[in-house]
Amino acid sequence: MTEKIIEQEKRAFLTGNEVVAWAALAAKADIMYGYPITPQNEIMHYWTRLAPRYDKRFLQTEDELSAGFTTVGGVLAGRKAFTATAGPGNTLMQEPVSMAEMLRLPIVVVIQQRGGPSTATVIYSQQEVTMTTLGGNGEGMRVVYSTSSHQELFDYTIKAFNTAWKYRFPTFVLGDGYQAKMREPLTLYDPESRGIELIKPEPYVGKPGTPGVDRAPSQFRNTYSMEEELLEIVNQYMQDYGEMAPQVAEYQVANVEDADLVIIGHGVVFRAVRAAVDNLRARGLKVGYFRPVTLRPLAVPQIKEVFSNSKKVLVVESAYGQLARLLKEAAYGTTAEFLTMFRPGVGITAEEVEAEVEKILG
Amino acid sequence: MSKGICPVEPVMPTSWRKDNKPHKFCPGCGHGLVLKCLGQVVDELDLQDKVVFGCDIGCSLLAWDFFNLDAVQTHHGRTTPVMTGIKRSRPELICIAYMGDGGGYSIGVQHLVSAAARNEKITAILANNTQYAMTGGQMAPTTLPGQKTETTPYGRDPELTGFPLQGQEMVSAVCREGAYVARGSVANQRQLKSYLKKALENQLAQRGFSFVEVLSTCPTNWRTNAAETWEFVQEKMPEYFKLGETRRPADMRGEGLANG
Amino acid sequence: MGKITRIVLAGEGGQGVQSVAEIIAEAANKAGKQALYIPNFGVEQRGGVSVAYVQISDGNIGSPKFKTGDIVVALSERAVRRTGKYAGPDTTYVYDSSIKGIEGELPKYAGRFLPIPAIDIARHDFHPRVFNIIILGAVVGATGVIPLEQVKDAIEEKLGYKFEKQPELRELNFRAMERGMELVDAKNMRESVIFKEVAPAYEIF
Repeated sequence: MTEKIIEQEKRAFLTGNEVVAWAALAAKADIMYGYPITPQNEIMHYWTRLAPRYDKRFLQTEDELSAGFTTVGGVLAGRKAFTATAGPGNTLMQEPVSMAEMLRLPIVVVIQQRGGPSTATVIYSQQEVTMTTLGGNGEGMRVVYSTSSHQELFDYTIKAFNTAWKYRFPTFVLGDGYQAKMREPLTLYDPESRGIELIKPEPYVGKPGTPGVDRAPSQFRNTYSMEEELLEIVNQYMQDYGEMAPQVAEYQVANVEDADLVIIGHGVVFRAVRAAVDNLRARGLKVGYFRPVTLRPLAVPQIKEVFSNSKKVLVVESAYGQLARLLKEAAYGTTAEFLTMFRPGVGITAEEVEAEVEKILG
Repeated sequence: MSKGICPVEPVMPTSWRKDNKPHKFCPGCGHGLVLKCLGQVVDELDLQDKVVFGCDIGCSLLAWDFFNLDAVQTHHGRTTPVMTGIKRSRPELICIAYMGDGGGYSIGVQHLVSAAARNEKITAILANNTQYAMTGGQMAPTTLPGQKTETTPYGRDPELTGFPLQGQEMVSAVCREGAYVARGSVANQRQLKSYLKKALENQLAQRGFSFVEVLSTCPTNWRTNAAETWEFVQEKMPEYFKLGETRRPADMRGEGLANG
Repeated sequence: MGKITRIVLAGEGGQGVQSVAEIIAEAANKAGKQALYIPNFGVEQRGGVSVAYVQISDGNIGSPKFKTGDIVVALSERAVRRTGKYAGPDTTYVYDSSIKGIEGELPKYAGRFLPIPAIDIARHDFHPRVFNIIILGAVVGATGVIPLEQVKDAIEEKLGYKFEKQPELRELNFRAMERGMELVDAKNMRESVIFKEVAPAYEIF
């Protein structure tokens, strides 16, 4: 279909879940497979309302394993397929995602983080960072975008489909319950009208022609008999991943040149970090911020630079060190004092960040 | 033709890949017989350019390059949702989910039952050899009372581990009009082939879910010779797992349910 | 200079707290401001106190929830108990004057208290159903940053389907809202110190 879903750019005032549904439509996603779990449910609710109008499809599955594996099936069939989940659902989702890693399947998964471990809260957290970046029995061959506003939720959901289909690694949009449920303004647009090329999907199976007659059969394995065979595959994939990383890694940085302290936060917490830096600067304190937009791959050279040039770094997150752990690995060998502010499963305000910084800087 | 080894090339279905035969299953394994019937049916229905063949993990994974068909290995128990995902995205494809009794009746039972309940227009084929063969012969939901496996070394005690799961009946129970459900056996290939054909015809007619359980053999883990193997699959297993059709769409050709 | 207004609304399920918050945020958005609305949600939403957080600003808005509101509205006894923690020295604390036995429960540190007889007015002068629209008017009046026109647009958007069936409801709702505005006007609330002049891009969480 050539019909544009968003005819004209328009300012809209939506919940984050609604934004994801619109973004998937704008990215020309074909089908969503999903299973209910709070706080991502409204992605399905909006998609099921919008989808039939644009000849799109939806399947409600029996659990998140099935939601993930049907999404895998959709991609194998050559369709832009996606799913969304949270918390314990994300735990189950790691199994299909690992298959997508092994077969290089561009599935797109939207995560709206909730409190953990276990069922915990349905409200909010940043406690799914470790699982989303490194889950499954593999090497974390996936791309993870952590958004901080509804505009980004829209932009990066569209981008996720392109990244996935370009590099053929499963791609996550990592939001959270606050972003899922809050309303704020954003601009909806048709990506192609802005000159963003949408990468076309291709079938893995069910290609034209008769296998064995017109073409070789298209056959995919994820099981190997020999260690050496696997080593070759994984090395090749990691090399591809390494080559992709500098093209995909994104970050935001400000005021670090003369900073006595650099504050690092991602996702919705970055809003508080940025506000805190503005306020502290206004009060004459030399602070800056660094924000990883992609949590996997991380912008490693830029992180090393920040950690090399700063005396102190304060990592702020709504989890007990999940971002900090990733940063420590990226910053290995650098010298900055590593300070942390962990608030697992609760929101963080700029006031709280400011208070922490003032305590540190005396 | 590899004349040096075999003077006459065996007759193989044209949908088989010949470059990787003989196949990788153990001697006496039932999978080859099931896949032979399936290959013949794919030939007869002229489906080679339409089928996507999904295989589970377990010995069924060895079938991933068995045919000249597009194919994918999935995870243990997850072939049903992968094939469902393909079918929902590309309804014109004929999707076959091939699995064992561990994958279909244990770890993936929720997928099999749910696909049946939703009347997914795919075909699931389940080879039942009463135990987990690939992992070395552990008890499965289908293990017979008294049967020795690696995790029931003194024989399955129903008091401790229940009776064999009648999976075909379970699937049949959740199906509705439009579904085709049958249980065949490698010991009766004419019947098995007719069941597989009806199952695929049912998908072609877009009526609904189709499911065929096949009683199959595993002399390696059963530790049986040829005669004992055949006796187990032909005599012993049908005592618990009745052969026949339990669901057939009203408008399917032929007379009633072909039992026995 | 970034002006920011933070509003907490709390009441019993069915009192229409979330609708009021949504209309306020939507109206602010229509007026070209940055607005962020988030409901409390979770298992407690079934049968618990319903709380809504709204922020309106000329600049970026920080985290979706915040510690202290400029205006805190409590519409039931339980809501009063629940919202005390959002009150600070600059908070205008609005509550319905018909709620009994809450003297000891009211926050100690609010800047000012504003009991309004919204429930009584709704019942006697309008219709019990427009109670939340009176509250909406009171909040709009107290904040003073949302133009009336956009509030009416937002009401129209939210309740238009009802107005189509019963056109007289439109007038009833608009009058209820204006009455709500007068309630705070009469208390001379327009010049309140709700807006703090703060540093550029000051963001409240």
